[in-house]
Amino acid sequence: MRRRDLLASSAVIALIGCAAQTPESGLQFFTPEEAARVTAIANRLIPADELGPGAGEVGAARFIDRALAGAYGTSRDLYMRPPFLPGVPSQGAQSPLTPAVRYRVGLAALDAHCRAAFAGRGFVDLSGQEQDRVLADLEQGRIAITGGGRAFFDLVLRDTVAGFFADPQYGGNQGMAGWRLIGFPGARYDYRDVVARHGEPYHLPPVALA
Amino acid sequence: MTIRLKPVDAVIIGFGWSGALLAEALSGAGLTVLALERGPFRDTAQDFPPSRVADELRYAVRHDLVVKPAENTITFRNKTSQTALPVRALGSFLPGSGVGGGGVHWNGQTWRFRPSDFTLKSRALARYGKNFLAPDLTIQDWGVSYDELEPFYDRFEYLCGISGQAGNLRGARLPGGNPFEGARARPYPTPPMAMPYAPTLFADAARGVGYHPFPQPSANLSQAYTNPFGVVLGACSYCGFCERFGCGNYAKASPQTTILPILRERAQFSLRTQCTVLTIAHDGKGSKARGVTYTDDSGEVFFQPADLVILSAYTFENIRLLLLSGIGAPYDPASGKGVVGRNYSYQTTSSVALGFADKLLNPFIGAGALGMVIDDWNGDHYDHGPLGFLGGAYLAALATNSRPILNHPTPPGTPRWGAAWKRAVAKSYLRSMRILASGSSLSHRGAYCDLDPTYRDRFRRPLLRLTFDFHPNDLKMSAFATDRLAEIGRAMRPEWLVVDKREAPYSIVPYQSTHNVGGAIIGADPTTSVVNPYLQSWDLDNLFVVGASAFPQNASYNPTGTVAALALRAAEAITTRYLRAPGPLA
Ligand SMILES: Cc1cc2nc3c(=O)[nH]c(=O)nc-3n(C[C@H](O)[C@H](O)[C@H](O)COP(=O)(O)OP(=O)(O)OC[C@H]3O[C@@H](n4cnc5c(N)ncnc54)[C@H](O)[C@@H]3O)c2cc1C
Repeated sequence: MRRRDLLASSAVIALIGCAAQTPESGLQFFTPEEAARVTAIANRLIPADELGPGAGEVGAARFIDRALAGAYGTSRDLYMRPPFLPGVPSQGAQSPLTPAVRYRVGLAALDAHCRAAFAGRGFVDLSGQEQDRVLADLEQGRIAITGGGRAFFDLVLRDTVAGFFADPQYGGNQGMAGWRLIGFPGARYDYRDVVARHGEPYHLPPVALA
Repeated sequence: MTIRLKPVDAVIIGFGWSGALLAEALSGAGLTVLALERGPFRDTAQDFPPSRVADELRYAVRHDLVVKPAENTITFRNKTSQTALPVRALGSFLPGSGVGGGGVHWNGQTWRFRPSDFTLKSRALARYGKNFLAPDLTIQDWGVSYDELEPFYDRFEYLCGISGQAGNLRGARLPGGNPFEGARARPYPTPPMAMPYAPTLFADAARGVGYHPFPQPSANLSQAYTNPFGVVLGACSYCGFCERFGCGNYAKASPQTTILPILRERAQFSLRTQCTVLTIAHDGKGSKARGVTYTDDSGEVFFQPADLVILSAYTFENIRLLLLSGIGAPYDPASGKGVVGRNYSYQTTSSVALGFADKLLNPFIGAGALGMVIDDWNGDHYDHGPLGFLGGAYLAALATNSRPILNHPTPPGTPRWGAAWKRAVAKSYLRSMRILASGSSLSHRGAYCDLDPTYRDRFRRPLLRLTFDFHPNDLKMSAFATDRLAEIGRAMRPEWLVVDKREAPYSIVPYQSTHNVGGAIIGADPTTSVVNPYLQSWDLDNLFVVGASAFPQNASYNPTGTVAALALRAAEAITTRYLRAPGPLA
């Protein structure tokens, strides 16, 4: 953690305090613009195709929005006492930046990058191919973001995948699209009658908790 | 202001398997027993109903049953020359918090260590000579033998209803069991679980190579079972939500499903949750422990006097409470002197991922301890001389943990995202599996725990500091075991195969196992151990330190069978000998 990041993070924490409340959209953390960007990103990370819908279409932004508004977003359950020292990779992440801060900063920086690189167009205004190129740059660490561009990409990818495969009660994986894609039966909870039927397809559709 | 409470005969610090086993034995002997548990109360019906537990995000990803680093964590570094930093998010291991401890969200792989494991050092010296062992290895014999522990392994297996196939019944070899296991007095209480496709493929291939596969002994039960206390466990439904989850079927042995129902009937037993023990009070070496100081959610501090103190708070907190309470000489890695924190060791794991084009494996059918294992490269029944390492590994295919957030394998070369990733995941999920090597971990001079000089917990107490890296001996062992594992994998004729070796440095980030052992080790010599062979503190004879903290080094097997056997043996020594004549048992 560099000093510059620390300063930036306290500035952002102040910013979070006045995060937009938009009850009409049901958002708890994101602004509608941020949610639109997350939806667009998720639809490139797990795109719609002949196999089924994209992650953004089945609720990635809602899933991440709710997670960021809760314990996950604020790192409530993690050890967050200072000092934050750099360390080596085997010691695990050492950063005061919470996921909520990373998204707020990262989404803004990503959009600013797009507007500078694509004549004023933001991420959502780009073509799918352009979006893929931006995401690849982000993944490769070629876009500077507080806390690290690559780390931000990894965070969004991890959360998008989590939302796509988590129980639909959390806002993503609507229609159990993620589970249908791969053949995961969800919360069926009882396979005694099929455990020894080796190699046979499982025919029952998935079920969710809620 | 510390509030002084009414004395009890025995106070138990932490209510996991260790605490529950001691609570049953001591209250059964008529003692008033109070268990203090830092986490919440949890029981099957209210906390683990099937309508709620099949939730990968909540339990497997967000770690709902695991201790929260905000409440307690450790600091970590690979070597003494580094600055240890806090484990801010748990990764490599996931210790429990709350009633049942890790015994709620464990897998249930229930092993006995092999006879040779308990005399590892003397056996290695006799067989391979002094120069075979690297000079910085600090392995030692346990001071307790397999034969002495056998009745207690047996008792634990019958308490839980373990499902398995005996391989060695009183010296007679039985087909289908582990031919390398120590002799057991009785068969397993319940038959092996039904076997899904992936472990069956592994077993067939292993047999083809000339190995001896057998079903993983399991605390996920193949059928309903009534234990000796009259407590009834259910049958496993192969739901796939086991490790990191509570069981909704009463089918996974845990303190809740085996012991708690009878403890709750006993007036002389009580359990206080959300109570964190801060220190053990005593009057110095050679005196007695007087009781414990603890705090609850109100922030109030209490002193609980007790005639017996059972420290069963899991490896890290066992060591930390000893250090914070000034019990035993802290280990000094520079001089090699001191005992508390010495000989920390772990588990050296590796794995191989496989994918098939033509086989539908249905990996969602799973449990925690469901699979086939070979023990041919474990223990010391083969000559380690030419191989140049001590120790070994069991190799296994377990049908476990194939829930999709954390497990969506793809063939090598697949991009991490995008259309190609999606197609690969869709194709691979039902057709992929992982096989693993669980290897031993030898204690060495540079692997230890002490108190961190910088970082503190929410009660402003120093965090425990772990200094650990894999010893070259273990990396050599692991490379050998992984090669054997990959050979079996190739014999399964997969479409693709990826070998995940274990390499230094040890990383705190990816999950490996919650098999953290040592630091308050058992032994026959007080200058190199913290507890005697009955888990009794050498310094305070009414203090017993129970748990895997007693292991002088780790065998390749999962620890809980041995933790329980040691605990039950200690309990019997307390109730049959110590209560009659309080004093050192060894
Ligand atoms: C995900 C996972 C999978 C596992 N799978 C297996 C397996 O398949 N096979 C196997 O053999 N083992 C397995 N284990 C390990 C197994 O869970 C442990 O060996 C076992 O639970 C140890 O029991 P214990 O009672 O010694 O410690 P714990 O179960 O950790 O209990 C200690 C208790 O003490 C409490 N405590 C800690 N500090 C304090 C304090 N200061 N004051 C009051 N209370 C305190 C804790 O909250 C906890 O409840 C697994 C563990 C995990 C986490």
